Amino acid sequence: MIYVNDLHKYFGKNEVLKGVSEHIVPGEKVVIIGPSGSGKSTFLRCMNLLEHPTKGQVIFDGIDLTDKKTDINAVRRQMGMVFQHFNLFPHLTILENITMAPVKLKMMTKEQATEEAMELLRMVGLPEKADSYPGQLSGGQKQRIAIVRSLAMKPKVMLFDEPTSALDPEMVGEVLEVMKGLADKGMTMAVVTHEMGFAREVADRVLFMYDGVIAESGTPDQIFNHPQNERTRQFLKAVL
Amino acid sequence: MAELFDKIRVALLENEFAEKVKFVFFEKDRWKFITKGLLTTLEVTFLALLVGLLIGIVVAIIRTSHDQLKEESKKGVGGFFLKLANIICKIYLTVIRGTPVLVQLLLMYFVILLPLDSKIMVAVLTFGINSGAYVAEIFRSGIMSIDKGQMEAGRSLGLSYVTTMVKVILPQALKNVLPALVNEIIALLKETSICGFIGLNELTRGGDIIRGATFEAFLPLIIVAVIYLAIVMLFTWLMGKIERRLRESDIR
Repeated sequence: MIYVNDLHKYFGKNEVLKGVSEHIVPGEKVVIIGPSGSGKSTFLRCMNLLEHPTKGQVIFDGIDLTDKKTDINAVRRQMGMVFQHFNLFPHLTILENITMAPVKLKMMTKEQATEEAMELLRMVGLPEKADSYPGQLSGGQKQRIAIVRSLAMKPKVMLFDEPTSALDPEMVGEVLEVMKGLADKGMTMAVVTHEMGFAREVADRVLFMYDGVIAESGTPDQIFNHPQNERTRQFLKAVL
Repeated sequence: MAELFDKIRVALLENEFAEKVKFVFFEKDRWKFITKGLLTTLEVTFLALLVGLLIGIVVAIIRTSHDQLKEESKKGVGGFFLKLANIICKIYLTVIRGTPVLVQLLLMYFVILLPLDSKIMVAVLTFGINSGAYVAEIFRSGIMSIDKGQMEAGRSLGLSYVTTMVKVILPQALKNVLPALVNEIIALLKETSICGFIGLNELTRGGDIIRGATFEAFLPLIIVAVIYLAIVMLFTWLMGKIERRLRESDIR
């Protein structure tokens, strides 16, 4: 579904990604772990071209995203993204946050989108917040809404960029619950996270990134119980 | 007895004052200089404001797009035009903000817009172009104050840069810059008082004409001042209401 081919990314003179190749198959849940500054967020953001790779290719459903002729907006409609800081639109109500993009892009009528949004809100247990503003919600609620906002576009894949890192500890669980629910429904997911429990439980594959490359990749059992790479061992010792 | 004297004196004083008012404003219908002048002032201000807002928003979007877009997305023909437009905007801002508006007005009237017959249109264009430079910087600061995560969230949903700008960034930016914008509009209203230099009969010149005709300075000029003050107060009150409504989403 997503092929990443020899991806390089420079920020100025600083090489953040030093040749990353990866293939995510439909329905797969890939969790990306690694120390900060290892390039895992940049790698994820390259997948929907929020960061422009300096070199290399990202191919989604047979479409080369790095090709200039590609309509990146059309591709992004099929890739949901959830951010560390939620990035809800503060001037819109929760319902408007969710329905704005599908209505604006003429994928649904306003009525359809509203119906769809209410269904998704019930799924994450927040139907009564439809007319509230983001400023009135807790962090965990905001992140659940952000997930719903992405899901309203009916994406084929969901990208999560440290979705629980900005949350108070007691709110992490409710967001991970929603993500697990998504995983159970067969959504293709790529998740950058520090939640090792989530990685163990949900991931089909865990990627350990270090210094701009994927240092080790394998099943949760392989990575957490039998890490081969010295860096992986050091990292896991520090976080577990 | 003393009481009666007082009453008569006050009555006489009042009478004198009333006489003066009658002479200054009502003889030969001189009050019309004030009312007609006021209409002209409002017309110039309103039209110049529209021109200024239009120029300001466009320039602000060009400047911020240029500064915020990454180098990769500025390649090709579109990128070339964006860079060119950015340079033109920078020159515009430098020249307009670097020269006095009165000099701009005189230049426009006597040189650049010489073929244009209407003094009102000269004033509207001058003040519109002048105000646009300040409005542009006000909007630019507003757009820059919005977290870049907002643009990323819009783009990641598949919305285009322009759609995200219009639906997500600008509404929030507008709310943030409203006080500064009100400032600019008030300044614009008062700056139109220099239109007398090109012989446009706006409010200030209206009062001044009366001063010249009656040799009374206090009454006509104080009336002009009070009218400006009243408009500014009314406008400030109105914008305060609008601002409160825009802040609705801030309730917690």
